[in-house]
Amino acid sequence: MSFPGLTLIPRTRTTPLQVLMVSVTTVILSVLAMVLMFSLLGAEPTTIFQSFFIEPLSSGYNIGEVVIKASPLILIAQGLAIGFRAKVWNIGAEGQLIMGAITASLLPIWWPQSDSMLLLPAMIVFGALGGMVWSGIAALLRTSFNASEIIVTLMLTEIARQVLYFLLTGSLRDPGGYNFPQSVMFPDAGLYPIIGTGAVRANASIIITLLMTIGCWIFVNRAFAAFRLQVGGLAPAAAQYAGFSQKQAIWLSLLISGAAAGLAGMGEVAGPIGRLQSMLSPGYGYAAIIVAFLGGLNPIGIFFAGFLMAIVYVGGDIALVNAGIPSAAPVVFQGLVMVFYLGASLFLRYSLVSVFTLADVKEPV
Amino acid sequence: MSLPPLAQPQYSQGEPLLRLEGVSKKFGTLVANCDVDLSIHPSEIVAVLGENGAGKSTLMKMIFGVMQPSAGSIYWRGQRVQISSPAQARQLGIGMVFQHFTLFETITVAENVALSMPGTPQELAGKIREASQKFGLAVEPHAPVYSLSVGERQRVELLRCLLQDPSLLILDEPTSVLPPTAIESLFQTLRGLQERGIAILYISHKLEEIRALCQRATILRHGRVTGTVVPKDETAHRLAELMIGREIPRSSHPKATPGEVVLKVSGLSVQEADPLAVGLKNVSFDLREGEILGIAGVSGNGQRTLARALSGEDTLPPSGQGSIEMLGRPVGHLGAAERRALRLAFVPEERMGRGAAPTMALRENALLTAHGEGMVRRGMIQREKQEAFTLKCIADMDVRSSGPAAPASTLSGGNLQKFIVGREMMLRPRVFVVSQPTWGIDVGAAALVRQKLVDMRGQGSGIIVISEELEELFEVADRIAVMFDGRLSPSRSTALTTPEIIGQMMIGLFDAGLDTAREAAQ
Repeated sequence: MSFPGLTLIPRTRTTPLQVLMVSVTTVILSVLAMVLMFSLLGAEPTTIFQSFFIEPLSSGYNIGEVVIKASPLILIAQGLAIGFRAKVWNIGAEGQLIMGAITASLLPIWWPQSDSMLLLPAMIVFGALGGMVWSGIAALLRTSFNASEIIVTLMLTEIARQVLYFLLTGSLRDPGGYNFPQSVMFPDAGLYPIIGTGAVRANASIIITLLMTIGCWIFVNRAFAAFRLQVGGLAPAAAQYAGFSQKQAIWLSLLISGAAAGLAGMGEVAGPIGRLQSMLSPGYGYAAIIVAFLGGLNPIGIFFAGFLMAIVYVGGDIALVNAGIPSAAPVVFQGLVMVFYLGASLFLRYSLVSVFTLADVKEPV
Repeated sequence: MSLPPLAQPQYSQGEPLLRLEGVSKKFGTLVANCDVDLSIHPSEIVAVLGENGAGKSTLMKMIFGVMQPSAGSIYWRGQRVQISSPAQARQLGIGMVFQHFTLFETITVAENVALSMPGTPQELAGKIREASQKFGLAVEPHAPVYSLSVGERQRVELLRCLLQDPSLLILDEPTSVLPPTAIESLFQTLRGLQERGIAILYISHKLEEIRALCQRATILRHGRVTGTVVPKDETAHRLAELMIGREIPRSSHPKATPGEVVLKVSGLSVQEADPLAVGLKNVSFDLREGEILGIAGVSGNGQRTLARALSGEDTLPPSGQGSIEMLGRPVGHLGAAERRALRLAFVPEERMGRGAAPTMALRENALLTAHGEGMVRRGMIQREKQEAFTLKCIADMDVRSSGPAAPASTLSGGNLQKFIVGREMMLRPRVFVVSQPTWGIDVGAAALVRQKLVDMRGQGSGIIVISEELEELFEVADRIAVMFDGRLSPSRSTALTTPEIIGQMMIGLFDAGLDTAREAAQ
């Protein structure tokens, strides 16, 4: 397919600036499209913009809410990006998040009166392991039977959800909780300490996210393992030629991203929720995929992209009240970002040129 | 590179059925066909001969309406036509059997035929039986395609074409999938079709088949017609020369002092997963340190499989036949990384995407295989070592680039090849496998690469050069063996053989010139 007079020519190289421009263009187009879309539903464009992008940053409480939502998004996206660079597609971070939350919850549910200093660190380890086990299943199936990790991780998300419901209506249910599908409240020793004053709910889980971001930055820029993963993604035949194991790449990618998602799940139950319950995440595992791409699969870019997405989550709640916009608005925004990102990234790989500027080649090359 | 003029074949009675005039096809800046003239008369079998990538398939796709020419005209029965789709080509009476089958495996023969013709599978089953009797192509209409052998599948493809009652049949490398026994019966069928007045365009790079079957051959090289000949009247040597495109040179043979055996391949047979690819059939050879073994052959005869098996990109399955021993230990089960740890280095024929990651900088591409040269400590990349290695490689090999930060894709083919060859040489390999070392690179770069290969031999490396270019092999190799159809001939000492003999071996005559060689030896 082609337009008259124009054609797409593959680029031989892309600069970091071009990568950044793709993300910036995506955000601008998504914001414009969203404002346009909701204006057609009868809302005032300025109110929409105000609610989504200004008010989330207007008070300490709101900023705290943004941090609470940014933390799991960034954490998961950092893990996913490592795999995405190697073209290992874990799209079931949501399920790994649920499993991480379940395994981490086992400890405070078993010792609800504990005041041990070790409880929170142990929950962190359990949360990461829970996510790794869940993504490890996908790695095992991929490396032994060549089962697509895309399908397997996605399906495992639904299984994780059913496991959660099963446990919450059975062995993990709070015996004194009037049959609600939720666990006992965790003791303080099983919760992240709150950062901030008053009603602010932001907690120390953001420190884990910051450490993960720094760790990923060092890994991506310095580690030979990251180089091997990247070659596997950019030029699979070159990776095979050099003898970089594809199996190892699959295991490494899925285990790191599973651990990050498990940690994020643990951060939810040990953070704003404070117990295990059936509703754990508003789709952080899926939104993190978009955050990873919008951040250009770069640890620093992901950090900013995560905050943007979190602002839209908080802004969606505000716009629901202020502008009467449906609660699905944040998901609509995520969809717009994905569509515009895919469209814009075409121009990373190709440049649009006029056919008339192409030299009229007569000689075979 | 001028060739003597060719006698025009006397086979142009009446009006041609199909005539191409000045047909060209460009993909962006790549020229696949340039100014091609071709004609074919009823009851004629015309070969289109050329190496892989010479533009044969593109040309046929234009005749069959899959692609449109960028320039030139196509005449059908004297009328100028624009063939805009395969459906239109079929209407005109052109049928094509593709090299890669276009059958759905899970449904039956008749159902497959029904997809491209009016009528229910039931009605067509009768027609299929009738046609299979008429043309001598035994096919069971109700058999599911997955249960058929490749030979049978090809018969289905052929029958499906014939049911449309074509006056021109295009066959794209039809024998590449067939066992030798099936080839003869295919030829009989084709001769039968010829007697019924059907014209056949037969695409191949197998010279012997063309000599057996075709009245005329149009030879393509780099997308251009280099000649139209009567294959029976030409020597195999002459046809090879037209196809490969240069006067095959005399040797200027260097002297070698081979030492102990560093690589031993015995009875190696590899079946390719793709039924269209040529695997390896009982390949055996030895490589000694301080010598260069040349492996000649037209590409597509198993060289690719051999290179992958030697490099460790494909490991031998435990049940596989044959063995590979390097420095006295079996390495068939070892992957590329482990073989490299034993000091094997390898230059693949694809530079971009395999020998180098295109979007990555040269320094990253140095890291690709040279990471063992002190560039990684405790899992972390040592930037200074990496930079020093890259700079040395660029300087030693005179790589023209903007420096270590230049992405591989910004280099010309020749410069990237020099970089890859240089990188692999700096690993000081015991066994060095080089595939198509000078494919598509300029004369100066080619000379440098060859000189470096000879230098390395002097330093004790055992080197295998897989190449299509006889000139190159006669220049650098101490011994030459030939690959044809997955088999490897015994090697001949370069001093005791001639390009003519190797040229004949390249089309499958492995015993060619044995007597002459013996005489020369005496």
